[in-house]
Amino acid sequence: MKGDFTSNLGKVYGIYTGGFAAFVILLAILEQVGLPDRMIGYLFVFFTIAVYAGIGVLSRTMQVSEYYVAGRKVPPFYNGMATAADWMSAASYIAMAGGIYASGYSYMSFVIGWTGGYVLVAVLIAPYLRKFGAYTVPDFLGARYGGNVARFVGIVILFICSFSYIVAQVTGTGIIASRFLGIDFNIAVFVGLIGILVCSLLGGMRAVTWTQVAQYIVLITAYLIPVIVLSAQKTGVPIPQLMYGQVLQEIQQLEATKPALQGAKPFMATPANATEMFNFIALIVCLMVGTASLPHVLMRFFTTPSVRDARISAGWALLFIFFLYFTAPAYASFAKLEVYQNVLGADLSTLAAIEALPSWIFTYGNLDGLVKICGAAATSAQAVFDACQAKQILTLSHSAFAIGADTVVIATPEIAGLPYVIAGLVAAGGLAAALSTADGLLLAIANALSHDVYYRMIDPNASTKKRLIIARILLIVVAILSAYVAAQKPGGILALVAWAFSLAAGGLFPALVMGIWWSRTTKEGAIAGMTVGFVATLGYLIWTHPTMGLGQPTLWGVANISAGIFGIPLGFIVTYLVSIVTPAPSAEMQEFIKELRIPSGKTMMEEKVEGAGH
Amino acid sequence: MPACRLERVYTETGDTMANREEHWARTKSLMWITLAIWFVFGFLIHFFSASLNSIVIFGFPMGWYMGAQGSLIVFVVLIFWFAGKQNQIDQDCGVAED
Repeated sequence: MKGDFTSNLGKVYGIYTGGFAAFVILLAILEQVGLPDRMIGYLFVFFTIAVYAGIGVLSRTMQVSEYYVAGRKVPPFYNGMATAADWMSAASYIAMAGGIYASGYSYMSFVIGWTGGYVLVAVLIAPYLRKFGAYTVPDFLGARYGGNVARFVGIVILFICSFSYIVAQVTGTGIIASRFLGIDFNIAVFVGLIGILVCSLLGGMRAVTWTQVAQYIVLITAYLIPVIVLSAQKTGVPIPQLMYGQVLQEIQQLEATKPALQGAKPFMATPANATEMFNFIALIVCLMVGTASLPHVLMRFFTTPSVRDARISAGWALLFIFFLYFTAPAYASFAKLEVYQNVLGADLSTLAAIEALPSWIFTYGNLDGLVKICGAAATSAQAVFDACQAKQILTLSHSAFAIGADTVVIATPEIAGLPYVIAGLVAAGGLAAALSTADGLLLAIANALSHDVYYRMIDPNASTKKRLIIARILLIVVAILSAYVAAQKPGGILALVAWAFSLAAGGLFPALVMGIWWSRTTKEGAIAGMTVGFVATLGYLIWTHPTMGLGQPTLWGVANISAGIFGIPLGFIVTYLVSIVTPAPSAEMQEFIKELRIPSGKTMMEEKVEGAGH
Repeated sequence: MPACRLERVYTETGDTMANREEHWARTKSLMWITLAIWFVFGFLIHFFSASLNSIVIFGFPMGWYMGAQGSLIVFVVLIFWFAGKQNQIDQDCGVAED
C-alpha cells in the first residue's frame, strides 16, 4: 500500500483538510450552544495532536532509508509544504507580525532574510547534497573532506545551532499551551515534548514529513482566516495583503495629525543613517546565509525522488512560506491602525472613559500582562486608572502604551470580533508551527548523533536493527534534554534563534559551498574555515551580548544579532588560504566532485547494509 | 539553447567528459545570473527604500512594498525559473536524470 499512499496524496490530504474544516465548524456550533472557551481550547489542542500522533504511528518504519530520508520518495510539492512547516517556527508565526508592529520597516530585514535564503538553497547547495545522497549534513562533510575530523566539527556546529533553536521551539509550545489551556508552564513544556515525540519516534523522517504537511495545512489556514475577516470588515475586500496599502496611508495620516502620536517613530521609517543601513543589510545576509546552512532545512531536500525535484521543491517551499510572510506585514498594519485609531488618544482621566476602551486590551492585560498602560498590566479599568493617576497621565499617548510582540496575531480574532473558536484555531496553528519545527530540529540533532557519531564513528558494523534502536534512544534523550532546558526558562529565547542563524552561516556555509563549487578545497582548508568562521561568530556574539555575554562595545556598530557578518567572510578566506597551501585533493576526490555536479547516475552514498531495503 | 554535445562519443552512461565540462560551465554561468538577480532584489534595491517610498501604488509606498512583498515574489519566481533553466542545461548536455 506504500506506493498507493504516494500516488493518493492529493486525496489523502484533501480529505484531511475537509475533515479539519468540519471539525472547526463543529466546534463553532458547539460554542454557539454554550461550550465553554476553555473546553474549545482543549479540544483543539487534543485533536490536532491526536491527528499528528496518528500520522506518526501510521508512518512507523524499521528501514534505515525510510527512517533517515523518508525513502527518498516525497514529491516536490509535498516536500515544499513539509519544508515550509519545518521552517516556520513559533517565531515566524507569532513573533514576526509582532516585530513588524513594534519596529515597522526596520523589521523587514527578517521578512527578506528569511525568504531569500531559499535561492541559495536551490542554486548552491540542496541539489548537490541530494545527488550525494547524504542522510545528514555532517555526512556530506565527512565524505567530501575525507574523514571524521570534518564530520566531527560539523556535528559540533550542528548541535550548538540546532539545540538552541529547539529549546526556543519547546518554550514556544509551552507558552502557547499555558496561555490557551491555563496549564502550568512546566507541565505545558512536557505536553509539548510528548507532542513532538509521538510524531517522530516510530517513523523518523518519514513520519515527520507527513505530519509536517498536515501541520502546514493547519498553520496556514489558522494564520490567514482572522486577517482575511479583518480586511473584509475594514476595507470591504477579503484580500488583506492587497488592501493594507490603504491602511498604511491611514497610519501615515494619523502619525502626522494625531497629538497622541507626537514623537512616535514612523511605522515606515527607513534606516536613518549608514550604520542603521549597514545593520539592516548585514542582518539580511546572516539570515539568508543561515537559512542555506541550517541542517534541519537542508535535510528536507534529501527526501525528494531526484536532484531535479530537490531544486523545484525549494521553489514550492518558498511559495508556501511566502503565503505567511507576505501576510505578516498586513497583520501588523491592521493591528497598528486599530491601536492608533481606537486606543491611543483615549481619555484616561475617569474610570468610565477607561472602561470604554476596546475589551481586548483587558483580555491580554490579564494574560501575563501582555498589554501595559501607564507602566502597569491592564488587568482591569481600575488598575489602569490607578496607575495613570499615580503618574498623572490623562491622555493615552504612544509612550504610555505597551503591547507584547506576541499579542498581535493572538489578539486579531478578538479585535475583529470573531467567536472564540477562531482564537482556538490560531492557537492550534501556533502549536503546529512550533511542533513542526521542533520535530525537524530534533531529527537533525538525533540523526547526526545516531548516524554520524554512532554509526560512522563508533560502530560502522552495527546492524540495521541496532542502528534504528540507537537512533530512537537518542531521539528521546535529546527531546527530554531540550524540554528540561526549556523548563529552566533561559532568558532571551528569541535571541537564541537569531544566534543559530549566524552560527550556522559562519560555521557551515563556506565549507558546504566551496566543497561543491571549488574542487581545490582541501580537507585542511575546510576544517580550518569551519572552525575559524564558527569561533569568530560565537566570539562576537558572546563578546557583545548585553545579558548573555560580556556586554562589550560593538565593532564598527555591527549589531550583535549580525555576528555572522564577521564569520562568513572569515570562513571563506581561511578555507581558501589554507587550501592553496595544502596538497590538492586526490584524483579520487576530483572524480567524486565531478560526479556530484551532474544529476544523472546513481545516488553516490547508497545504504550498504543488507536488507536495509530501498 | 544549442545542444551541449561537442563530440558524438558516448560513454556507457551516455555522456562525454567534454559534455560534462560544458555542462559545468553553463551551470556556473546560470548560477551567477541567478545570484545577480538575487543580489539586486535581496540587497541593492533596499538601499533605495527611502527614495522608492515616494512612489505610491495602491496605497503602498514602493520601498515598503519591495521589502514586504516585491522581493519575496521575485525570489519565488526566480527559483522556479532557475530550476527550469537548469533542467534544460542538464538535458542538453545529456546528464539529466531519467
